[in-house]
Amino acid sequence: MPFGNTHNNFKLNYSVEDEFPDLTKHNNHMAKVLTQEMYAKLRDKQTPTGFTVDDVIQTGVDNPGHPFIMTVGCVAGDEESYEVFKDLLDPVISDRHGGYKATDKHKTDLNFENLKGGDDLDPNYVLSSRVRTGRSIKGYALPPHNSRGERRAVEKLSVEALNSLDGEFKGKYYPLKSMTDAEQEQLIADHFLFDKPVSPLLLGAGMARDWPDARGIWHNENKTFLVWVNEEDHLRVISMQKGGNMKEVFKRFCVGLQRIEEIFKKHNHGFMWNQHLGFILTCPSNLGTGLRGGVHVKLPKLSTHAKFEEILNRLRLQKRGTGGVDTASVGGVFDISNADRIGSSEVDQVQCVVDGVKLMVEMEKKLEKGESIDSMIPAQK
Amino acid sequence: MASSFARVLSSKRKVGILSLVGAGSLTVGFFLNREQHVNAGAHVRRIYPPSAEYPDLRKHNNCMASHLTPAVYAKLSDKTTPNGYTLDLAIQTGVDNPGHPFIKTVGMVAGDEESYEVFAGIFNPVIKERHNGYDPCTMNHPTDLDASKIRGGQFDDKYVLSSRVRTGRSIRGLSLPPACTRAERREVERVVIDALAGLKGDLAGKYFSLTVMTEQEQQQLIDDHFLFDKPVSPLLTCAGMARDWPDARGIWHNNEKTFLVWVNEEDHTRVISMEKGGNMKRVFERFCKGLQEVERLIQEKGWEFMWNEHLGYILTCPSNLGTGLRAGVHVTLPRLSKDPRFPKILDNLRLQKRGTGGVDTAAVGNTFDISNLDRLGQSEVQLVQTVIDGVNYLIECEKKLERGQDIKIPAPISQFK
Repeated sequence: MPFGNTHNNFKLNYSVEDEFPDLTKHNNHMAKVLTQEMYAKLRDKQTPTGFTVDDVIQTGVDNPGHPFIMTVGCVAGDEESYEVFKDLLDPVISDRHGGYKATDKHKTDLNFENLKGGDDLDPNYVLSSRVRTGRSIKGYALPPHNSRGERRAVEKLSVEALNSLDGEFKGKYYPLKSMTDAEQEQLIADHFLFDKPVSPLLLGAGMARDWPDARGIWHNENKTFLVWVNEEDHLRVISMQKGGNMKEVFKRFCVGLQRIEEIFKKHNHGFMWNQHLGFILTCPSNLGTGLRGGVHVKLPKLSTHAKFEEILNRLRLQKRGTGGVDTASVGGVFDISNADRIGSSEVDQVQCVVDGVKLMVEMEKKLEKGESIDSMIPAQK
Repeated sequence: MASSFARVLSSKRKVGILSLVGAGSLTVGFFLNREQHVNAGAHVRRIYPPSAEYPDLRKHNNCMASHLTPAVYAKLSDKTTPNGYTLDLAIQTGVDNPGHPFIKTVGMVAGDEESYEVFAGIFNPVIKERHNGYDPCTMNHPTDLDASKIRGGQFDDKYVLSSRVRTGRSIRGLSLPPACTRAERREVERVVIDALAGLKGDLAGKYFSLTVMTEQEQQQLIDDHFLFDKPVSPLLTCAGMARDWPDARGIWHNNEKTFLVWVNEEDHTRVISMEKGGNMKRVFERFCKGLQEVERLIQEKGWEFMWNEHLGYILTCPSNLGTGLRAGVHVTLPRLSKDPRFPKILDNLRLQKRGTGGVDTAAVGNTFDISNLDRLGQSEVQLVQTVIDGVNYLIECEKKLERGQDIKIPAPISQFK
């Protein structure tokens, strides 16, 4: 829960030992990195909006984690959190993002023309294609910390920007708190509607406060470009369509994002971004591109092959069930997406997906014919 | 008002310090450092005017939403208690939980003792509504833990299966569960279990910390129906009361399992006296004796309970102010419970019924949990007497119905005595 500055000053009356959380039974990235010495060094600091180290770590203290799944265990309350608490967040980022160093630079590339291929994935296998990312509006605190006034300001600015889009991006905003029953039914049927977070990881970070105030969904008339406002991040941007034309999906994604960004910049509120961390989002796991580009693809034979996991690994891809993260696959259909977020660009990551899925579909076809795929197994990317 | 309150607190603490100087207690150092870093009443970070921050309460049905007008919000929104607790924090649970059309929740909590003072502009009307007209500005709350004043109180075991009295106590000088830091919560635990360790005779007992409990201990506590779990109700989690779980939480009970204290659950302490059967008098005697002993033991170390003459004992939720007391029985009333006059009889006796699983559960068979309706404005002795007289009346009704005789609805008893 976010506290004001006075509360943090008051805490300093107590010793470090007395305030340091008991992390002995914890298994998340924060708990692995935070020592008492580090806590002592960071406890009297706060960002310009008043976010403190206890605010950063509360979700990780309240959710010890799972022996097999490593959660991040900390969040940012504003852009400056990543600077003020870098002693904690840089090692967390490094652990989560495969050794990304505090001195590394992240490459941003939203030029869709740099993507090679991606328009010829076999629609008999690739059922749908989707790219999502998040964006934070510079100058406003993030969902764990923002006040009602700030959240409403983000909504107002976002809706203004989105409503000024035209052409294939012309669309409409549906605020959660004044949605009609009919609108709600339609959004559920389209698989667009998001609901109040129930995960204790998010609730423990204060992201569901004041629900559903200033939350809503915007989408274009064609239902191929969708923006969530004030859910886990200021904005979550999604481009999607049925079939395997990832090239088109990515083009719409890039064009839409850049149009939106132009409008925000005109209001002197561009997106949070820096050279080291790329696009700044609430959870350290979504830094860099914040991009997850993926397909729903039929791989009944390949998915049961002994080398499936290794192939995915080498292609720098990950699998999920068609219900999203931590769900099981249904009928041999998998959600395959990029594993990386930071250290490579949007084009790089979508290229991985395009090339990797193309290869895996060819492997599936070979296995259907009873042939071996050993010669096709790729080298580690 | 807030600053004079703080001065009173610090002067009491200095008296405590003098009495500690020979004792070499670790808490002395804490006291001497306490006032250094507090920015009493410092301004909250505000970028937007109150009108932009005012919550949308149009679909809400709780006491906070009924009384928090934009004007009240504007007046209080940039104030803080000396520890830094704000109005937004106090009302967050009510904003996040609009309520139910039939059940009216309170919708706000206190983060510390000073909250009731600094935010009196909203707390007072909420208290008045929740406590049926009790006005903290003009009325005084009587405290009376002299169990010898109780008349009767031994029910017929044929009808009354068990008797129980519970309340809560807060340690003055430490923030309440919605706002306490880990260090404060651990301090509450230390102070309380230190005092409980001094209880003797039929009150002697043992503490079970939630963080280090063995499997066996856990199973035993579950079997005894003593173990409390991490709150799941969004009313509590949205108020921040489950932070850092299970750090500094635990259960203490006496060896006879008739006196039980919860540490750092919804309040600093919840104190429960209970036994099977209908001897409410003995349950209340043990309750008073235990509470008074614990109070004496913490006072020896320079601590005291939060209390004032208008609000009685200060607890996290405004619904538990005053006595914080719920005295009740599990009683079987097969005929009376089916009589259409039952609700009215309870009402006039100032009693409420619950299922045997507690608040908002349904009754099992014909057994009900019957307890006092009021908390604030009457003393502990008065409320327990009300329960005793009321339950006696209910049993009489049941017996009459058994004999085929008719029953009468009693005249309503007065609320404030």
